[in-house]
Order: sequence, then C-alpha cells, then structure tokens
Amino acid sequence: MSRDLLLKGGRIVDPSQGLDAVGDVLLRDGRIEACGGTLGTPDGAEVVDCAGLVVAPGLIDVHVHLREPGREDVETIASGAHSAVAGGITAVCAMPNTRPVTDNQATVGFVKRQGEAAGYARVYPYGAISVGQKGETLAEMGEMVSAGAVAFSDDGYPVQSAQLMRTALEYARTFGVPVAEHCEDMSLAHGGSMNEGAVSARLGLKGIPGEAEEIYVIRDILLAKRTGGHIHLCHLSTKGSVELVRWGKERGIHVTAEVCSHHISLTDERVGNYDTNAKMNPPLRTAEDVEALQQGVADGTIDLLVTDHAPHHYDEKEREFADAPNGIVGLETALGVNCTWLLHRGIITLPQLVDAMSCKQARVFGLPGGTLRAGGIGDVTVFDPNARWTVDPRQFKSKGRNTPYGGVELTGQARVTVVGGRVVYRAV
Amino acid sequence: MTGPLGKDLLGLDELTADQIRLILDTAVPFKEISERQIKKVPTLRGMTIVNLFFEASTRTRVSFEFAEKRLSADTVNVASSGSSVSKGETLVDTARNLEAMRIDMVVIRHPASGAARFLAERIDSNVINAGDGTHEHPTQALLDLLTLRDRMGDLTGRRVCIVGDVLHSRVARSNIHGLQKLGAEVAVCGPRSLLPNAVSEMGVQVFDRIEAAIEWAEALNILRLQLERMQAGYIPSLREYNRVFGVTSARLEKASRDLLILHPGPMNRGVEIDSDVADGPHSVILHQVTNGVAVRMAVLYLLAGGRPDLADAAKGGRA
Repeated sequence: MSRDLLLKGGRIVDPSQGLDAVGDVLLRDGRIEACGGTLGTPDGAEVVDCAGLVVAPGLIDVHVHLREPGREDVETIASGAHSAVAGGITAVCAMPNTRPVTDNQATVGFVKRQGEAAGYARVYPYGAISVGQKGETLAEMGEMVSAGAVAFSDDGYPVQSAQLMRTALEYARTFGVPVAEHCEDMSLAHGGSMNEGAVSARLGLKGIPGEAEEIYVIRDILLAKRTGGHIHLCHLSTKGSVELVRWGKERGIHVTAEVCSHHISLTDERVGNYDTNAKMNPPLRTAEDVEALQQGVADGTIDLLVTDHAPHHYDEKEREFADAPNGIVGLETALGVNCTWLLHRGIITLPQLVDAMSCKQARVFGLPGGTLRAGGIGDVTVFDPNARWTVDPRQFKSKGRNTPYGGVELTGQARVTVVGGRVVYRAV
Repeated sequence: MTGPLGKDLLGLDELTADQIRLILDTAVPFKEISERQIKKVPTLRGMTIVNLFFEASTRTRVSFEFAEKRLSADTVNVASSGSSVSKGETLVDTARNLEAMRIDMVVIRHPASGAARFLAERIDSNVINAGDGTHEHPTQALLDLLTLRDRMGDLTGRRVCIVGDVLHSRVARSNIHGLQKLGAEVAVCGPRSLLPNAVSEMGVQVFDRIEAAIEWAEALNILRLQLERMQAGYIPSLREYNRVFGVTSARLEKASRDLLILHPGPMNRGVEIDSDVADGPHSVILHQVTNGVAVRMAVLYLLAGGRPDLADAAKGGRA
C-alpha cells in the first residue's frame, strides 16, 4: 500500500468530464480517489502544491519508437519510458519496427514486461500488421491482442497491397483495435529525402511530394469505408491529407488521424544547409501545410498530437543528408512545442491541448486513462504552460540527441508526472 | 587562412556578385601561365592539397591537378576505389584522417548533395566543391561564366539558356545562381520530367521547344544527358531525346551567327549535341576547358589568402 498523493490547488483541466476549475486531486492505491473541489489531506499523504500549474489526465503518445529489442544502443524501453515521463507523458504506444519485428505474441509480451519493469511511463505494444513488416502475410493479431497489443501498424513501411490492408482492417475489427498506417506511395517517394519544393530544388535533394502521402490517405479511408474497420492515419504532414480526413469524417467513416509536434511547428526551410536533425519521414513541409495541420487540430479533424519519437545514434545522423536515417526524438519537447505553437498562438485552448494529448488518445486507442474521474488509473500530468525553457539535448533522458529544437526557447513544461499514483518524475 | 572568398568554395548560391567577379578577374592573369613554355609559378609552394574524388571524373580532376601543379602545390589524389572509403569508412572519418596528416586544402567530388559543406564544417582546411550530388559544381559554372564574359563582355541582360537534365544537374544549379547574380537572363529547356517541379520558383524562363530556346538565346549551355536517366524512366529513349531536344545543325540554321554553344562535357555526340555542332563555328567548348584551369588557379589562389590585386604579380611568384 503506497502513500496517498494529494495534488493541491492546481487548475484541473479534464475535458473528459468537462472540467476546468481550480481544485485538488487525490490518488490512492494507484487510482484516482477524488477529483475537484477542496479535499482534505488524508493522514500520511504526500502533498504536492500545484498552485499556478495545470493538473491534467496523464498525457499519452500513441506513436513512439523505443528501439528495444534490437537497438538497445540507441534507446531502451526503460530510457524511452524515462524520456516520456520527463516530458510529462505517462503512457506510450511502442511501434513494432524492432529487431526482431514485434509481429508475434512473444515479442509483444516482452515489450510489455520491459515497460512494467522500467516503472516509468506505461508502455503499450503495437503489433505488426504483416509478418516481418514485409507486407505479405497477416501477422497473428489475435494472439498479439491477448498478449497486450493495442493496435497494429507496419509503421515505416506502408502496406502496399490494398488487398492486405483491406484484410487487416476487417480482421482487426474482430478484436476492436485500430490499424495504423504510415501513408506513403513508395514508388512516388522513392529516393526522396525531404519535401519536394523550392528548398529541395535549391539543395539538389530528391523530393518527396505530398501526394505520396495523400494517395495512401484516400486509399485507406476508402478501405475503411468498405470494411467498417478503424483506420488510424499516422503522422499526417500535408494540407491535402487534412482535407481528405475531413472528407472521410463527414461521411461517417471510421478514420482517426494524428500529427507530430514537428509538423505543426517547422517547415522544410528548417533543413537549411542539410541539417540531418530536420530529416524525418514524412518530411517537414511548407508553411501552408503547417497552417492546415494546425487548423486540423483546432477543428478536430486531426484527433491526436503525437511525437513519432525516433532516437538515432549521433554517428548515424552525422553523415550525408540523403544517407542519414529519418526521425527525431520528441518525447521531452512535445508538450513545450505544442504549447508554444498551438496554445500560446491562440490556435487551440488549454482543454483542446489536453484533449488531443490525453483524453482522445485513450479514447481512440481504447486505452485506460485519459481522465481524472474517480476510479480511473492514477496517471496525472502536472505542467506549467507558461514556463520558459531552452532545449538542451544533453539533458535528455532519452539516449537520442537528434532534435531540431536544440537551443530553441519553448514555453510550457512538465512539472510533476504521476503514473499509477506514484510520482515518477519531478522537474528540478 | 581566410581570404576574400571566406574559408571554402561550396557553391555560387552563397557568393555575392562581387565575389564572383573577383574570381573571374583573378582568373584572367592566370590564363597566361598556361600559355608559357614553363607552366609553373611558385605561388602555392609548400601547400598540400588533396583531391578527394568519390565519383569518377577525368576532366575536372585533371583540370584541378593542373591548376594546383602550375601553382607549385603538392597534391595527392584519393579516388574512392582502392581507398578505405570502399571499406566503409565514413566521410567524417576520411576527413579527420586527412586533416590529421596536416593538409591545407581539399578538393572534393562526392555523389551526395551537401557533402562538400559537410566536410567544410568539420575540418579547418579550405574546401573546394568539385561537384556534390545534384547540388552545385561552382568551378564549372565559373569557367562557363568566364567563357561567356570573354566573348560577350558584361553579362547584364544577356540571354543564356540551359538545355537538358536540369533536375539532376549541379552544373545547371551553379550556372543559374552565377548568371542571375551577374545580371543575365536565364532560361531552361528540356523535357518537363527532367526539370524541377519548382522550376518556376528559380526565377528562370522555361522553354518546352528547343527551337524557341535557340531563337531566344544568345548562348546555349547544353547539359550531358546521363544514360542512367533513361534507365530510370525519365525519358523514353535517347533517340527520341535527340529528335526532340538535340541541338543539331539543322536547328541552328535559323540561329544568330553569334550564338555560343557551351557544354560541360563529356559529350554524348548524337544525343544532346550533334558532332557538327560540337565541332562547329558556334562552339566554345574547348575554350571552356582552357578557362577551367585558370579559374581553378584563381580559386586556389584566393582561398589560400592571395591578394586579388597581386594576382598579376603572383604569376612571377612575388606574391
């Protein structure tokens, strides 16, 4: 039996119950005991003064790469989960592009156990859609769900066969879990290393046109329409994609979508002179795309704000741009970036921010949490939306240092992260 | 050492018009050295230069080597085959190892766009870009500019059309930057599948018909069509390319007598250019090659900290 924890006097923002008021939150035995109003301090309780801070249901990120098993030199489940809580994130969904690929119940169970052993953020495994992420045969989804998989994706590799994607949507529907797609027409994107546009033309780099993404976005929306399955579209990066998702939602098709913090804040100009910390897939796009994605979050077309946290060894990033691997770390900067670019610019409200980073994540993926209702799991994020800080990658808990935000001043930072009623991170 | 060009020559995009003019002006006195019986001055005596070629090149490498040797530098050629590069050593390690041997300059040719800058940011030696991927090839554009200037004088308002595979051409990018900075009007002509999608944002006019380009231009810079582009499906066949975009003597019949034909080489005779054009009266192709050595001498001299006003004197070794 652990000590009670009283989060006292913060601004409780919990869109899951339409709550936005100053009050207390009490946690007991790993769960929310009470939420709202002034609560008495139980004997022996640990009290955290939250005056001037926001108390929100624990933030969730359904799109991270933790590299274990296979690349423990780059990140482990423990270091990634530690990085998450340092960024105020209490639960993550780990993508299955590990070595070996997380395409079977044994590996799913391993990822889940490693997450539990680490004791930081909760780690929910993704299973692969296809065996080996090869896009050929369906992986054993039923067994993986039994072992703890919460969704399926071949992230990093689009499912090229429309027939296989159709089957995956139908089969996954049996188990009530989403199929998440990395949308990219590889024949169109082939060899590209950044957005196709004026910047790629100047730098002499082969570009990836936005249509490479959009062609798969509409294909998958249509397949969801046909099958009644739940398609979740990963890391959308273009204005066109937002419009297509809007089209699908208007027709009642079961489509949900996410956007990464970097795609709502940076453009392809950030590549500058071949900065590999601005290289990811999908690539940074244009100002017009950024604006459309921000609006998509504001009007709810885009459901979730995620990171696509993708650590790499510094050696791997320190090379010729076209040959450098895709991806950046994001768990420790996401809250700050989202506050800076969306909240403080008046594009979304604080409840919308919490909704997109917590409540809707739980709802879309059927995860516990995403609420401070009494009886729910005791995951809480206490943050200061007005704290100014400068990103110093050397301080990251992640093993990865590959970020385009190094030296950038952000406004908004986690203060106390609570998982299962226990303080797992406290800002110094 | 930092001269009037800064530490490195990475591309014409980042040079000012004055810096480009300075290089061209400095090249003029250096031309004469190559005309002497004893083609050597002691200007760069004691300097060590590495020619680091990760891609096959004959013309550019030989031109740099002549420029270096005629200025009395000590040179070493490293080609990607037969070096540790082929054993998987990274570019950054190659650079650090060369630097540890205390060299003064690196001339680099590399298949990746941005490779020259990557190297320049990591070593103290001067770096000269001899072509990086599909990004820039600044000394080629400088020798093209010098050749045009020799024939036309001031390039302000002069009309130059670049013909062919602009999409994959570092020569085209460097030429566009250089010509625009010197005030020329620039056009491109080629199949749309070999032009950048964002070509309109590059400030150039686009011709879909080679006939129209010939009528408009005072000079054509004809790019080499690489065979792998056809294999990659950008164009249906070399035969069709010649039929639609080839610069042939028949097409030049209507051209002005003063039209200049440039080609960065090596030429595919009968594909992008017909032999009788390459060898004909409009061609200044060999003049380009001659100017190449002088331009590279000027770049080496300026990067080594040579004073532009002493370039003439440097011929006698007194700088």
